[in-house]
Amino acid sequence: MTAIAENTPAYDGKVLDLTGKSGARAFKNTLATVLIVLAFAVAMIPLLWILWTVVSKGYHLLLSADWWSQSQRGITVRRAGGGAYHAIMGTLIMALITALVAVPIAILGAVYLVEYGKGTRAAKVVSFMIDILTGVPSIVAALFVYAVWITVFGFNRVGFAVSLSLVLLMLPVVLRSTEEMLKLVPDELREASYALGVPKWKTILKVVVPTAFGGIITGVMLGLARVMGETAPLLILVGYSKNINLNPFNGFMGALPTMINQDRTELALPNAADRVWAAALTLILLVLALNLLARLIARFSTIKSK
Amino acid sequence: MSSPDGTAPPDRPDGTAAEEPKIEDLVHEDAGTTPQFGGLASEHADHEAAQPAAEVMTESGVEAAGTTATTETDGKLDLGPVGHLGDRLFGGLARGSGGLVVLIVAFVGIFLLALAIPALVDDKSNFLFSRIWEPGGDQPRFGIAALFYTTVISSIIAMLIAVPIAIGVALFVTYYAPKRLAAPVAHAVDLLAAVPSIIYGLWGILFFAPILRPVINGLSTALGWIPLFEKPPGDNVGVVFTASVVLAIMILPVVTAISREIFAQTPTTHREGALALGATRWEMIRLSVLPYGRSGVVSASMLGLGRALGETVAVLIILSVPNGNDPWNSSIFAGGETFASKIANNAAEFDSPEKTGAYIAAGLVLFVVTFLVNSAARIIVDRSTPGTKRPRRNRRTRAAEGASA
Amino acid sequence: MSVNRLFRVGSVAVASLGVLALSACGSDPEPAGSSSPDSSTSSAGAECPKGTLNAEGSSAQKNAIEEVISKYNEKCADVTVNYNPTGSGAGIKQFNASQVDFAGSDSALKPDEMTAATKRCAGNAAVDLPMVIGPVAIAYNVDGVTKLVLDGPTAAKIFQGTIKTWNDPAIAKLNAGVTLPSAPISVFFRSDESGTTENFTKYLKAAGGGAWTGEPAKKWTGTGAGKEKSAGVAEGVKSSKNSITYVEWSYAVDNKLGVAQIETGSGTPIELSADSAGKALAAAKPAGTGSDLALKLDYATKAPGAYPIILVTYEIACTKGLPAEKTALVKSFLSYFVSKDGQASLTDLNYAPLPAEIQTKVEAAIQAIS
Repeated sequence: MTAIAENTPAYDGKVLDLTGKSGARAFKNTLATVLIVLAFAVAMIPLLWILWTVVSKGYHLLLSADWWSQSQRGITVRRAGGGAYHAIMGTLIMALITALVAVPIAILGAVYLVEYGKGTRAAKVVSFMIDILTGVPSIVAALFVYAVWITVFGFNRVGFAVSLSLVLLMLPVVLRSTEEMLKLVPDELREASYALGVPKWKTILKVVVPTAFGGIITGVMLGLARVMGETAPLLILVGYSKNINLNPFNGFMGALPTMINQDRTELALPNAADRVWAAALTLILLVLALNLLARLIARFSTIKSK
Repeated sequence: MSSPDGTAPPDRPDGTAAEEPKIEDLVHEDAGTTPQFGGLASEHADHEAAQPAAEVMTESGVEAAGTTATTETDGKLDLGPVGHLGDRLFGGLARGSGGLVVLIVAFVGIFLLALAIPALVDDKSNFLFSRIWEPGGDQPRFGIAALFYTTVISSIIAMLIAVPIAIGVALFVTYYAPKRLAAPVAHAVDLLAAVPSIIYGLWGILFFAPILRPVINGLSTALGWIPLFEKPPGDNVGVVFTASVVLAIMILPVVTAISREIFAQTPTTHREGALALGATRWEMIRLSVLPYGRSGVVSASMLGLGRALGETVAVLIILSVPNGNDPWNSSIFAGGETFASKIANNAAEFDSPEKTGAYIAAGLVLFVVTFLVNSAARIIVDRSTPGTKRPRRNRRTRAAEGASA
Repeated sequence: MSVNRLFRVGSVAVASLGVLALSACGSDPEPAGSSSPDSSTSSAGAECPKGTLNAEGSSAQKNAIEEVISKYNEKCADVTVNYNPTGSGAGIKQFNASQVDFAGSDSALKPDEMTAATKRCAGNAAVDLPMVIGPVAIAYNVDGVTKLVLDGPTAAKIFQGTIKTWNDPAIAKLNAGVTLPSAPISVFFRSDESGTTENFTKYLKAAGGGAWTGEPAKKWTGTGAGKEKSAGVAEGVKSSKNSITYVEWSYAVDNKLGVAQIETGSGTPIELSADSAGKALAAAKPAGTGSDLALKLDYATKAPGAYPIILVTYEIACTKGLPAEKTALVKSFLSYFVSKDGQASLTDLNYAPLPAEIQTKVEAAIQAIS
């Protein structure tokens, strides 16, 4: 009994009285169960409602092959037809570049905070900076990149500039969640590894990171989901194009959020409204696909330990 | 935790020497713990219908370590300078990334300050306490009081609604839901993090606001004598309260997803220990899961808060903007503007550096607010778990085991 | 091993995304309504250059230019025209920063903007080309009221907030025989800075007989609750009873809102139509110098049949100074925009076509671009 009390970090030394009136404890337990199930139910209502809205209003456009293979070139708000290919590609390209830049920095940064710099002043500074970065609203990140990329360097607005601003948004999400996951890896694992003479870096790569892999993937996916749905940087840093442009370094580029943004002002028109919900559903499905892919990777890399 | 605890062995060449005592400890502990661990886990699986994913994760982690042990001791491992070099490289990369983050933030901060300061110097009214917003022109006058109020009040309401529910959902998914339900629910929640905020905004104003109208009418009639709930004249579409509820729904998936992962990571030994001693499920959660996940849940909430404070398009779509002539209204049933929605709404008309600077200065205030809230939360977490954020259990467990043996 | 695994994981992820990216090669949809693209190409009088044209600006002309781009592409399939409706101010800013090839704006260049634009055009003047007339509707949602007549002073008082209820004598006097509710009027305004607000407040100032106290500006100074963009105010009026706003005509029509008729003093209340809006533009005077075609509208016009609240959106382009291939593209596209074909498609979208006299002037100005 005392062992439990001691083992549990935040329990302020009070010993749990497990011999008390069982009626009161059972009641508390039931109450907690009811509240938790209730919380779940309350949360599910709006969330399922939103999903239902998007799916029921958007699915029919997605059934046509054109949606996945054509652009919106020449399709005005009043007209039906065309697809979201240009926007899907734009979103994927920008998200991929963002992830390639942000994820390594974020994971290594988290490794630094948890494994190398723990408790040092330098780590506190880094942690402090990440807290600040968490507070950067997307629009300010976009204004910053605009000031650097266009005002100072004189480049044109391109997809890559959007990716740069999205890195600022993705970095803290991935870093913070990775950090939390790494912190939760039990020290026994590290110690067991060190005890066998495995060097620290190998311990991190082979024991710590794989153990936390599921959580890290969740963080990366949350980060990706956030940046793929961002609208403000797209509005400021790249023009929306209804045409296919796969070059992130030249020209206007379509993206799903800006596609939604173009048509959302015309929701009174049925064709435009259809496209809004369909594009939203497409974005959700894209993130879902990436999610599944990541889960598959996570499964292969954690369970298959050889 | 510093190196003596065993978390971070010194990455010095003489690392092996420093680790020696611990090896004994560990071997001893290993012999005692590992079978017990597995035994408990399987027992747990028998007793409990819901076997959370966490266990699989922790166990596979242990397995991974175990496998490592067997393969590496086969003689493939070089204990000497390779580790040293690898550590230097890898440690360097990790430190470099940490440094890069600092550089990025410093650069962003300095750059934005440089843009904001000239506008602030020109400001003819009190930047912090004025509610007027007329930047640009010969006599720029702008202050953030009204923006600050709306931003903070909407985020507070959103957090009050979202965080308890998110913790409930995360607990439900990890420890209450039948296994068959847990995974789909977890995925559905993840999926909702992917719904673009613009859609939350559209859904909020088109479908949700009409439903919320009677609620707002009821609340403002019942509690109207409190200024915060006063019923303002005019329409009640697009009020702060509606925006707050939509923000809560929006950050719910983010907070839930991270909390879920954290709760799932609670070591089986903790939970089994509590249950073995006769704790009810709720007591088990209160004693082992919640304390273990506290820091993580705070981090998750802070990410959610960051999103709520800085949310742009959804708020922009939902909120009505009061006109400049009516007296200012502090009610959550009135309209308003947040920092982010104000900036986004006017971004198209940034035609002079002074004007841009005024908006960027507002954005900087948002940084400071987020940062202060973050720091406050971290201090609270650190206070409530004295010593360290990570559960310190290794030596104590060992001590307990030693005593019992 | 583990490092390898991480690398493998990474490469799998990258590869899968790559496959996802390349598996479906996208294409452009077939141009709508062009059953025989060959014949339409051959019938095209102007030569078709190749390339991409980027433009940005006024959201008031978004639907018009979109339609024209679509039609233009039926003729010139090798030109890609992108138009971003981010707002007039943004359009001018991006144009002056050389981010776009021409800008769309609800108001002509102001002197300091002209200076910056001249710099952008390598020392040559930029030109304001009136291209689309967008009537602004006073849109309302009042149960049982299908026809509403307002005059300048009454409208100004409503939007100023001095008339607060629908059954105010001033409104009742103009609407004999209509049952007006005693409910308060909820006014919606554009919370973003907009050319629509500027033009509408110019009307209130000019025709309001002193009831409008503010100065005409892009930022609203009257009463009411602000909503973002035209879509926001239209949605606001649609979802709130007893409300009123000012919005581009097409939004009022698409959202099925009531549109007020305007009593200008010409004798009969003027209903908003392409024809009545065109008549108001015919009464406008040129305000620009040289080849610049900026117009000065007479909002207080009493010309018979002229609907006074209109907004002229301009295309702003360099007279000289763009690279040759861009110049060819700009000329080709804008010539089509101002041509009879281009203008004819606009009426269906609730815009008014340019009167013939102005159309000729604009055509000449575009031909002068080199």
